[in-house]
Amino acid sequence: MIQFLLNQELKQETQLDPNMTVLTYLRQHLRKTGTKEGCASGDCGACSVVLADVVHGKLRYRSINACLTFVSALHGKQLITVEDLQNQGKLHTAQQAMADCHGSQCGFCTPGFVMSLFALQKNVKDKEEDAAGSAEIQEALAGNLCRCTGYRPIIEAAQQTISDRTSDQFDAQENATIARLQTISKTAPALLTDNGNTVYIPTKVEHVTEYLSVHPNARLLAGGTDLALEVTQFHRSIESLIYLGNVSELSHIDDTSDTNEITLGAAAPLSDCYSVLARYFPDFGELLHRFASLQIRNQGTLGGNIGNASPIGDSPPLLIALGASVILRSRQGSRRLALEDFFIDYKQTALAESEFIEKIIIPKPTSETSFKAYKVSKRLDDDISAVCAAINVEITNTKVTKAILAFGGMAAIPKRATQAEASLLGQEWNSNTIEKACEALATDFSPLSDFRASHQYRTLISQNLLRKYFIERSSEQDAQPQFYDATRVTAHV
Amino acid sequence: MSNHSSPTLSQVELEAQFKGELKTGVGRGIKHESGDKHVSGEALYIDDKLEFPNQLHLSVHTSTEAHAKILDIDTSDCFNVPGVVSVFTAKDVPGELDVGPVLAGDPLLADDVVEYFGQPIVAIAATSHEAATLASHKVKVVYEPLVAILDVKEALEKQHFVQDSHQLVIGNSDAALEKAKYRLKGELNIGGQEHFYLETQVASVLPTEDGGMIVYSSTQNPTEVQKLVGSVLGVPMNNVLVDMRRMGGGFGGKETQAAPIACLCAVAAQLTKRPTKMRLPRALDMSMTGKRHPFYVRYDVGYDDEGRITAMNMDLAGNCGYSPDLSGSIVDRAMFHADNAYFIEHATITGYRCKTNIASNTAYRGFGGPQGMVPTEDILDRIARKLGKDPLDIRKLNYYGKGTRNITPYHQTIEHNILPEITEELIESSDYYTRRAEVRDFNTKSPYLKKGIAFTPVKFGISFTNSFLNQAGALIHVYSDGSIHLNHGGTEMGQGLNTKIQQIVAEVFQVEVGTIQITATNTEKVPNTSPTAASSGTDLNGKAAQNAALTIKQRLIDLLCAKFSVLESDIEFKNGQVKAGQTFMSFKELIELAYVSQVSLSSTGYYKTPKIYYDRDKAAGRPFYYFSYGLACCEVLVDTLTGEYKFTRTDILHDVGATLNPAIDIGQIEGGFIQGLGWLTTEELVWNNKGRLMTNGPASYKIPAIADMPSDFRVNLVESRKNPEDTVYHSKAVGEPPFMLGIAAWCAIKDAVASIGDYKIHPNIDAPATPERVLMGIEQLKREMAN
Repeated sequence: MIQFLLNQELKQETQLDPNMTVLTYLRQHLRKTGTKEGCASGDCGACSVVLADVVHGKLRYRSINACLTFVSALHGKQLITVEDLQNQGKLHTAQQAMADCHGSQCGFCTPGFVMSLFALQKNVKDKEEDAAGSAEIQEALAGNLCRCTGYRPIIEAAQQTISDRTSDQFDAQENATIARLQTISKTAPALLTDNGNTVYIPTKVEHVTEYLSVHPNARLLAGGTDLALEVTQFHRSIESLIYLGNVSELSHIDDTSDTNEITLGAAAPLSDCYSVLARYFPDFGELLHRFASLQIRNQGTLGGNIGNASPIGDSPPLLIALGASVILRSRQGSRRLALEDFFIDYKQTALAESEFIEKIIIPKPTSETSFKAYKVSKRLDDDISAVCAAINVEITNTKVTKAILAFGGMAAIPKRATQAEASLLGQEWNSNTIEKACEALATDFSPLSDFRASHQYRTLISQNLLRKYFIERSSEQDAQPQFYDATRVTAHV
Repeated sequence: MSNHSSPTLSQVELEAQFKGELKTGVGRGIKHESGDKHVSGEALYIDDKLEFPNQLHLSVHTSTEAHAKILDIDTSDCFNVPGVVSVFTAKDVPGELDVGPVLAGDPLLADDVVEYFGQPIVAIAATSHEAATLASHKVKVVYEPLVAILDVKEALEKQHFVQDSHQLVIGNSDAALEKAKYRLKGELNIGGQEHFYLETQVASVLPTEDGGMIVYSSTQNPTEVQKLVGSVLGVPMNNVLVDMRRMGGGFGGKETQAAPIACLCAVAAQLTKRPTKMRLPRALDMSMTGKRHPFYVRYDVGYDDEGRITAMNMDLAGNCGYSPDLSGSIVDRAMFHADNAYFIEHATITGYRCKTNIASNTAYRGFGGPQGMVPTEDILDRIARKLGKDPLDIRKLNYYGKGTRNITPYHQTIEHNILPEITEELIESSDYYTRRAEVRDFNTKSPYLKKGIAFTPVKFGISFTNSFLNQAGALIHVYSDGSIHLNHGGTEMGQGLNTKIQQIVAEVFQVEVGTIQITATNTEKVPNTSPTAASSGTDLNGKAAQNAALTIKQRLIDLLCAKFSVLESDIEFKNGQVKAGQTFMSFKELIELAYVSQVSLSSTGYYKTPKIYYDRDKAAGRPFYYFSYGLACCEVLVDTLTGEYKFTRTDILHDVGATLNPAIDIGQIEGGFIQGLGWLTTEELVWNNKGRLMTNGPASYKIPAIADMPSDFRVNLVESRKNPEDTVYHSKAVGEPPFMLGIAAWCAIKDAVASIGDYKIHPNIDAPATPERVLMGIEQLKREMAN
């Protein structure tokens, strides 16, 4: 059985197919049709809903794509949909702002935008600072597509939503909601079975190892932002799932230890990883802004992005360039593996049967670390990389003493450019050296041509990104305009 | 008997209200009539409606070959999926199989041959959407592959056409080309565009006791759905009712291509006697339905020392896909807009409708016009580079004149050309020349980030080029309590049509829009309607509604004249009140009076556009009632190491005549611009060598997201210029013209790239200018510089 609050109504569901998405649950099971299906692949945001859960004694509100979220993720949380925002017949300030600013035309994407605005209003930190409209608005709305408006009125609505922030019915009921959520026991494992499919919802890592040893074919479900596509796009049925979202150890983030390492629980949502990664590695933070959408980052996890072993996952090249390791866990125990050795071939990893990723460990930067990350894609927001590059070069007395160049989108796995690295090592840090490394880069990889990019383009940008790293590093003090700074400029509305 | 209520206000109070102003009449920026329902989630789309208890859901099995003979279809495994009720093929369609909108060529289900990868072959009705989808994967089809033509150039060379070619001729272009000081020959590939309406194609039908159907369809063209549903069932149109409240976006994609979905449902419903619904999952929608036509264009242009175009030959080859659909009119409109805003004394413009084995391409905002304009805008940039002049100066030089230099290649005289004046207005407000200098200055100092700026005009012809479509109807009932029921033949897809028409009727009766209820477009209320397309929704239906309202208003005036013994000139409607001589009464009181006086309070209204005609044999006439104008100045920052770009500022000045609703008009302009920008930048359709669409979802097909909006976005309406033609309240159409403002974005990217060669060489960057095409254009330009 799973238990959750649907707005203020306690739901106890004992018979739901664990393959059912929250969107299907809302639209077909409950016949609440305010939440729309635009793509069923997590790319348009029309199905955005908000999940609230208790964090440090407060409610934390997060927008998610209902189309990519299996119902198991609702356990112990409050689900808020567009129908729930009106209070006593009055529109919520987020809704009123969209209507006032002419933010809807055809109206189909609108409920999703409204829910993103609602979550934005709940999460905005400084009312004054953000009222000007800022990166936070762009970030909150980058995962919602609108085909009618051109977005300007929606940005205006976002500004109004922030400035009109007042205590709403959710704030008024916050304590009661927290109390009700806390009565739903998240400390005991739960199980949901229907249609011959089962999801196991453990609360401890030991539960996971034991369950996996008995059910080696069970699929691990963290954010599910990729796994759910098997159901929604490819119409497969997943018989056995283990939902990791309630295993608190797997979501734990620790950068306080004196080991000079950051430890990230494999099932910590990317949104949770953001602040620590951005603090130590600003470029990692920048990249995370362009890593899918906020709705996806609120669900998707670093462990999932690694375990999925996609050649175009954005975090592995960065983590490899930073020298990250993974802790792999099974009933037999734990082992530590350098991340670059984790990837073996296309979608093949070093994971043994019943083994899973427990933690990701990243060395903290030293004063020599000069790490930059680049993502090139057709569209700035919410797109998959043609090439993702992470470059970490250390220079001592004008000579290269360490060089890690890791790329995504260039091979069947996230991979280092070993020949280019070798050509850099020990050389003077100048454009001659860079050009030689670029030549070597062309021999490191033989990338694919597909609808995202051609072989030639991928090869050329892999070289150009190294050139860019060189230019940026050489002219750091010259205040060169930076491309992605321009992308963050606030709209004048 | 009605329940008479006595006046609640005194004459003095009524007179005071009479002197007030209507708050929601024409010209007011009131919000969308469904705005509150959109934001609350209460607005119902077809898939949101309550389902009938025994309703079936439909899915289709589609072709995995681009061109092949069907040797065998095996559907036996479908029935192993629990819930499957009916499986049918072309042979089971009771009436006419072909659902081609103008010409035949679109079988509802492929019969003996498939002509594109994604063409529906078998339909499966089941008790759930999931069961129908699962069963669709169980169909086995045996094909004998045939030669497929996937490339528009190959189709052009082989003269593989879906319809005859057409040519516009003015002057003698061959002779003028020979005499020209400079010649420019070139070619350009222009990509297509997926509509990506957020609501995919959907219909739901309910069989009636007369063997007909009640059809709920997300369509821009209810009458055509009615006609085709009747035709596939073999029943007359009077047995089919089509109801359409709202679409979750259309953009042309639901002009013809919504009908097959409704027709499939109708066939399933007739075979099973059960209500049936079909909604296309996104990937199926994208692979099954047509898109904006990709074009291949080649040209030969002559120009003089100043940069004035003296002659032009242009071949426009539209990639129509496997069937005609609306390609005839779409390629026509491309030809009618190859001149854009420019006078070309000697021109020969030829349009080809190329047949290829992809889904049948269809209407999309601009309807070929954008594909006609893009090459000409590129040509003007090339002339500017060659002569070392500012591209805007070359454009201004070539503008249509006033009184002279004002005949189009289709021999329509351009009247009321406001482009020269509004160009000066936007140059000033955008500070174009100063910023042009700043951009050049920035580029000399910045090693790999380059700025570009472009300023491009739009002149867009308003009217269906298929002249008979320029007609519309409306129906108004005024009920005895003074509330008004309004219906018209147009469809609401987000563009605010219903809101504008409410405002028009509110203005006529001088009542607030809150008293006017617009209900779903319905073929039983207004028959024989044209599609809501060609930007004409308000022009046509607004006039029809205005005419219906005026008919009723005249009856009310006649009544007042008789009752109060006053002249017509003594009667005035204002702000919910009516003045007859010295007597004031509320509109509501007047209606009560009219009812008890036995005056008919219901009327239809009808409108057809005057003045327009086109003689196809002579390729001459006046296809357009008037033109809409607009201008965009767009600035971009390009990363020349990766080809990525970001639009930093856009200034737009656009002409809507006397605006009916400035908020809605601005919304159309902004949205149109961004959609045009998307078409020419990140929206890339990619098919593999089997003709399979690889970009079949938002993960691979990238429409603009929020960061693609210019960081600084300034949109203004041209002020104080009413439409000189007698349109509804002298407004102008607004749906399509702003789409082509997006061309400025494409030109700005090339301007940034041209800076690498000191503006002497114009880069070859086809549309869409994806980051990859931009970087490859840069590489090519560098090679050219080296030579």
